[in-house]
Amino acid sequence: MQGEKLSIKTIVAIGIGAAVFVILGRFVSLPTGVPNTTIETSYAFLALMAVLFGPVAGALIGLIGHALKDLIMYGSPWWSWVIVSALVGLFIGLSSNKIKIDEGEFGVKKIVLFNIVQVVAQAVGWFLIAPTLDILIYAEPANKVYLQGLVAGIANMITVGVIGTLLLFGYAKTRSKSGSLEKE
Amino acid sequence: MTAKMLSYIERDSPIHRLTGATKLLCFFMWSGAAMLTYDTRVLAFFFLASVAVFKISKVRVAEISFILIFILVFLALNDIAIYLFSPQEGVKIYGTKHVLFPLPGHYDVTLEQLFYQLNITMKYLTVLPAALLFIVTTHPSEFAASLNRIGVSYRIAFSVALALRYIPDIQRDFRTIAHAQQARGIDLSRKEKLPKRVKNALAILFPLIFTSLDRIETITNAMALRGFGKKKRRTWYSARPFARRDYIALGVMGLIFVLSLLITFHDKTRFYNPFS
Amino acid sequence: MAKPVIEFNHFGFKYRSQAQPTLYDINLTIYEGEKVVIVGPSGSGKSTLAHCLNGLIPFSYKGEVTGSLKILGQEAKDKGIYALSKMVGTVVQDPDAQFVGITVGEDIAFALENDGLPQSEMVARVEEASRAVEMEQHLLASVHQLSGGQKQRTALAGVMVDHVRILLFDEPLANLDPAAGKRAMALIDRIQKEMKATVVIIEHRLEDVLHAHVDRIVVMNDGRIVAEGAPDQVLASSALEENGIREPLYVKALKYAGCEVTPAMRPARLDAMEMNPVRERLYRWYEAIDSPAEKPKAPPVLELKDIRFGYAPGREVIHGVSFSIGKGEMVSLVGKNGAGKSTLTKLICGFEKPDSGEIVVDGRDMTAATIKERALKIGLVMQNPNHMISKQMLFDEVALGLVARGFSDQEIEERVEKTLKICGLWPFRHWPIAALSFGQKKRATIASVLALEPEILILDEPTAGQDFRHYTEIMEFLTELNRRGITILMITHDMHLMLEYTPRAIVMADGRVIADESAVRVLADPDVMRRANLRTTSLFELAVRAGIGDPVEFVRRFIAYDKEARGHDRKDVVVY
Ligand SMILES: Nc1ncnc2c1ncn2[C@@H]1O[C@H](COP(=O)(O)OP(=O)(O)OP(=O)(O)O)[C@@H](O)[C@H]1O
Ligand SMILES: Nc1ncnc2c1ncn2[C@@H]1O[C@H](COP(=O)(O)OP(=O)(O)OP(=O)(O)O)[C@@H](O)[C@H]1O
Ligand SMILES: [Mg+2]
Ligand SMILES: [Mg+2]
Repeated sequence: MQGEKLSIKTIVAIGIGAAVFVILGRFVSLPTGVPNTTIETSYAFLALMAVLFGPVAGALIGLIGHALKDLIMYGSPWWSWVIVSALVGLFIGLSSNKIKIDEGEFGVKKIVLFNIVQVVAQAVGWFLIAPTLDILIYAEPANKVYLQGLVAGIANMITVGVIGTLLLFGYAKTRSKSGSLEKE
Repeated sequence: MTAKMLSYIERDSPIHRLTGATKLLCFFMWSGAAMLTYDTRVLAFFFLASVAVFKISKVRVAEISFILIFILVFLALNDIAIYLFSPQEGVKIYGTKHVLFPLPGHYDVTLEQLFYQLNITMKYLTVLPAALLFIVTTHPSEFAASLNRIGVSYRIAFSVALALRYIPDIQRDFRTIAHAQQARGIDLSRKEKLPKRVKNALAILFPLIFTSLDRIETITNAMALRGFGKKKRRTWYSARPFARRDYIALGVMGLIFVLSLLITFHDKTRFYNPFS
Repeated sequence: MAKPVIEFNHFGFKYRSQAQPTLYDINLTIYEGEKVVIVGPSGSGKSTLAHCLNGLIPFSYKGEVTGSLKILGQEAKDKGIYALSKMVGTVVQDPDAQFVGITVGEDIAFALENDGLPQSEMVARVEEASRAVEMEQHLLASVHQLSGGQKQRTALAGVMVDHVRILLFDEPLANLDPAAGKRAMALIDRIQKEMKATVVIIEHRLEDVLHAHVDRIVVMNDGRIVAEGAPDQVLASSALEENGIREPLYVKALKYAGCEVTPAMRPARLDAMEMNPVRERLYRWYEAIDSPAEKPKAPPVLELKDIRFGYAPGREVIHGVSFSIGKGEMVSLVGKNGAGKSTLTKLICGFEKPDSGEIVVDGRDMTAATIKERALKIGLVMQNPNHMISKQMLFDEVALGLVARGFSDQEIEERVEKTLKICGLWPFRHWPIAALSFGQKKRATIASVLALEPEILILDEPTAGQDFRHYTEIMEFLTELNRRGITILMITHDMHLMLEYTPRAIVMADGRVIADESAVRVLADPDVMRRANLRTTSLFELAVRAGIGDPVEFVRRFIAYDKEARGHDRKDVVVY
């Protein structure tokens, strides 16, 4: 899929993926009850796309999608977190040729692999990089941004862990070969 | 669900007449400077300048008020949060402590803290207009051309164009799907409990994702059939040539950028310290 | 003899994921400047053939190619998709997918941008192409402001700028209203003459294609070319009928009447067809059938009272619509693209709130009711099944609504089974929906709505893009539901469907109801037809040319007879 230059399919996947990321971020984020932490379904989607189209697509969907979402909704991208979205997409994408979702089965082993990858990726992203950038760029108080990162990170891990896994599982099911199908 | 989103606002103003590339570069320099500096004088200057530029753009405040309100609320909350978490951050930064009036715990109100929070607030306020103006004064079809012009590979630039092109379509898909599912009794309102709502969200995610994957396939074919990706470079129908005003704008912005950094860092620190 | 531009030679193709080839031993030569129409049932390989011509095979669909395909004398498989795209311009079915630019001008320029043409040159070429399709006024319009017809014109211009020699259309007429469809065909005709291009059209709506001149019809079935020849020959033969393709209605009528249709009569163009040999016989046939009785009026179950609505303030798209639908009726809602039909269904289901007016269901005012409440009585089947399907397994999909409404498992079990059986989907109950054909998916969505047992069923273009068999399948199925007492309102662009299945029609134009009466009479009213972009079916013209005094009556009798005839051979059609 990714050579030195992107295939048309990857490019389109990035474009449409980013658009969907924006829409999900705008409309489908469920409040958890914990003050200002929401379940961002857009990250579950990002995970799916990363697994389907690989790291480059994952990274760029995160980057473009998040930046556009911020621009359109808040008038200005929050760069520190935009960058993290890109990294999360990238790391999860690295697992794509291990998981090979298109082969139509997404068993326990793959589910575990996927979740290990996503947890690690997001831990690094939300617990370390995001707050650090916040401090470097905006000189925000350390304890504040680390707590923010922690809460957001955990929320996103759970989101991707539950919804993301379900999405991949559902997608894999649709891949099942119709040759195996018998009318009853 | 017709949420207001920021989008291009048709006008004839000097800002609109600048090419997208110019505006994009200015936007980057502007927010770059605003991010790096903490020098109150610089921030103040940026703030006033951005108000001026905004005036020139002929964009009415009313047209973007929904964003402004949102931002102001956000900043207020953020400031409160900062104070709660680290009421002496200012003291740490500026090294002095002028207590205005004491409070229990380490919640003494200090001049330094107020000053620090004034700065951080201004900082966010100054980044805002640049990006905002870029969005509302650049026609989306020029966006990609601009990215490509400033050195982004045209393939990636085009995927940005695709995103902008299809956001409305996908929003329409989303609404249709949401409606179809509601009609089948799936409740998307805040009433339900969380696990239930996650399930309901899936009822929308799946159709949305599968229609989008179909889209990706058909669009890929359509683009291939029209020769996308054939050549190393690509021209843009809606790109606009650089004019004198563009060079002027870039020159001025570059100057401001350099100056702001000089002023900020001549004393080896990002912070302007009125207390020592 | 003109020189050949497309030569299939013992050509075959098998998709990698398929066990059997999709195309077998295709032999077909198309000559310069010809206009060829390819027809065939769904799944017969038409689009696959098109993919081979424009290079999508092997570019994006992998598989095994056998035999040879020469385009402009060069072996296609040695050429990349880019080289081919310079010779073959493709207009795909879905204009929204083809339209990758944000503005019209930008989209037309797309191919040129990819060639890296300097801007000045591009502007000139775009100007020229847009003029050819009469879109030069809209160069700055954004895609979201265009009608379906305009999008298609833009798409056409988008391939023309490349000065291609071959134009390839895959179902150009789907989702266009009848008049827009006719205009599209006329446009293609003109473009072809101006560009001296060769044109290949894949289309289910053969009758509409034949409104312009066609050189040849190619009939496909099961991946083979089963018949081929000048329209006159093909229409005279039984090839279309045998392969489950709808013949033009006037030809059908002639055959029913027992007239012998010969190439000599030139049946391809009704207006030029030789009538003398058939007039007599046709008339006797007409006399022989007795006219069907009209249904009595039933008490209203759905009433709209002066509904007004606009998506954006100040831009009203529904200007005071009122009508009432009786219990157990089956009604068509027809009209121009953009007339407001889909919008109206959204208002009825409560997806959008009317600015003023009243919606009454079963005598109860529902104007303020929520989507959920209305859904108990009204079921909506959307045009695109993919907008509704949210489960992977058919059973779960149909059960979804019931689960959400909190029925007992065993209740759900029963209802789903019942519905699946009615919809002829029982054999597939454990299949993933992804494995179903489009027609089957469509029925799956109908099933998922039926499971909730609504009193009123609303369908948005239930047969768009379906071949004749699926068309019949779906429509017969709906009529059956209607017999069971479900009130049905359906949006359609297919005039004959309206005549054939719905006694009554509501006609919309530009946000207003301009007619609400018996379907046949609607088609008999030239003024309404013109304002709503509708078109009489060829049966009217035939009746007129045959000198039959009352064309409307002729059509009614034809339909009665046709139902009868099809009713018989339908018995032995198994529903897959
Ligand atoms: N990408 C694909 N991979 C595998 N099989 C395919 C693919 N596309 C089509 N097929 C199969 O090839 C056969 C022919 O499909 P095709 O789309 O050519 O039919 P068609 O004549 O265009 O039908 P319609 O009139 O519905 O468009 C079908 O059985 C379909 O299942
Ligand atoms: N979600 C929307 N937002 C804004 N305008 C819309 C929306 N949907 C439709 N419109 C506009 O409302 C008008 C009516 O559209 P509608 O889809 O109801 O027409 P229609 O009769 O269904 O057309 P078609 O036969 O092509 O489906 C059109 O001008 C369309 O552009
Ligand atoms: Mg096809
Ligand atoms: Mg419609």
